[in-house]
Amino acid sequence: MTVKPAMPKCWRVESKPHKFCPGCGHGIVLKALGEAIDELGIQDKVVFGCDIGCSLLAWDFFNVDTVQTHHGRTTPVITGIKRANPELIGVAYMGDGGGYAIGSQHLVNAAARNEKITVILVNNTQYGMTGGQMAPTTMPGQKTETSPYGRDPEATGYPTQGPEMVAAITRDGAYVARGTVANFKQLKGYIKKALENQLAGNGFSFVEALSLCPTNWRTNAAETWDFVEKQMTQYFKVGELKTPASKPEEAK
Amino acid sequence: MPEKPIQGEKRVFMTGNEVVAYAALTAQADIMYGYPITPQNEIMHYWTRMAPKYGKKFLQTEDELSAGFTTVGGVLAGRKAFTATAGPGNTLMQEPMSMAEAMRLPVVLIVQQRGGPSTATVIYSQQEVTMTTLGGNGEGLRIVYSTSDHQELFDYTIKAFNTAWKYRFPTFVLGDGYQAKMRESLTMYDPEEKGIELVKPEPYVGKPGVPGVDRAPGHYRNTYNVEEELYEVLQGYFKDYDRIAPEVTEYKEIAAGESDVVVVAHGVVARAAKAAVEELRAAGKKVGLFRPVTLRPLAEKELRQAANSAKRLLIVESAQGQLARLIKDAAYGCSAELHYLFKPGVGITAEEVVEKVQTIL
Repeated sequence: MTVKPAMPKCWRVESKPHKFCPGCGHGIVLKALGEAIDELGIQDKVVFGCDIGCSLLAWDFFNVDTVQTHHGRTTPVITGIKRANPELIGVAYMGDGGGYAIGSQHLVNAAARNEKITVILVNNTQYGMTGGQMAPTTMPGQKTETSPYGRDPEATGYPTQGPEMVAAITRDGAYVARGTVANFKQLKGYIKKALENQLAGNGFSFVEALSLCPTNWRTNAAETWDFVEKQMTQYFKVGELKTPASKPEEAK
Repeated sequence: MPEKPIQGEKRVFMTGNEVVAYAALTAQADIMYGYPITPQNEIMHYWTRMAPKYGKKFLQTEDELSAGFTTVGGVLAGRKAFTATAGPGNTLMQEPMSMAEAMRLPVVLIVQQRGGPSTATVIYSQQEVTMTTLGGNGEGLRIVYSTSDHQELFDYTIKAFNTAWKYRFPTFVLGDGYQAKMRESLTMYDPEEKGIELVKPEPYVGKPGVPGVDRAPGHYRNTYNVEEELYEVLQGYFKDYDRIAPEVTEYKEIAAGESDVVVVAHGVVARAAKAAVEELRAAGKKVGLFRPVTLRPLAEKELRQAANSAKRLLIVESAQGQLARLIKDAAYGCSAELHYLFKPGVGITAEEVVEKVQTIL
């Protein structure tokens, strides 16, 4: 007997199986997003923007309106849509390169302006699509194609801590969290709250999802999960960093 | 809330940037996304003063990349969105404009040229012709109007929104710092009262119904898995562009078909060229003028007619041959001998054009 895997209703059956590498974390994050969209009943309102890099493979992933844009530019495209039509629910979906390197100015300024959009950033500590180069999030000592002897923080700095940065520069109404594909229920909860925050019109919502790369990490299954669950979380702490209820301290 | 910014006709004396802001309002533009750079800043200044009175919006972004991409977003949401830039900002704008070209998005971009390359000067040049007509990593599937005076800045800014939304190619109004900053008289009007129908925008995303249930989802992308897929898509775009080109192209001429020398110039330089041609004709010389209004697409057929009937074409521009490249390409194989008066980054007077024509007559 064939048991069909449970798909979110808003997933597009025609484009499944999806195009990500077997074992990639994107499918898990997009499933969390899909279920959150289903549960909130907002399939008709969501505009999903994806970046260049692995995330672009999601251009026909959902039965929701989707715009695939340029590397790092998904945040301004979704901002432009949301500003022009505030009735829509804008979701900008990107990797660590798109959000923290080439698109960091857009992320910082959208957060500072408290744009009423939701940004979901998948952190797999390297550039997947282009062949495994170093990213802003590459861990100290981690080997990539452009840090073949391991990332040396003295030469290239420490990994970007995105949610911590976004939490620091946003003010009232923002929602900031870091989840992981190793804890689906929690990740889905964060993504749902991020969408609810936008629905409530509060402010900027940002969720980083710790993820993995089965292609460029050169790890077997056990080592991959060890890296996601033990090594990444030493530096990237999972949890909610800011909720709309938590009022930041006024500057003195 | 007042309904319309201009009712009837209104004779005014104002700067070009102010004219653009009024024109965008009368064209019923919904939202401007902008980033400051000289010499186009006052477009934003006037827009931000007037827009709230008419229920219009504005967002000042963090840079031109963002201004261009938010404009793309505004158009995707189904609003008449526009932006404006110049010089190094235009360089950055080429990335979002490439995406607009790839997705056939009717974005409107006002360019008030400044000197180049790089930071260069802030007021004047015609050195953004190549970048505005052919910039980006595509094939230059866009429409570019080059304006000469404030009346045209008004007329063609309104027209740019109509052209963009009718044909779904990114549309540019190419002015310059002189037009942006100087004051000049013109007549503003409500286009609809003049019988100019304003093309209505339509949403790409967020249409009624549930995607995948009541309607197909809008999946807009500018990435392709295989080369042949992109090739096929582009063949359709080229076909569309060639089909609309005769409807879109505009040019102005003075006796271009019956002169020994035809001066070719665009934008504000065409005013000096026109004055020179009028002076020479008054003196009995057989001199004509050919002025492309659309630089992309170019009125190739009419230009070739002029280049086959005149003995010489004199291409005059405030750049080192950026217009000339377009003209040479279009007039390839024609019988006229080509002559040039290039003054990159500086103005050109009617006297200089007269003097040059006299040396080649």
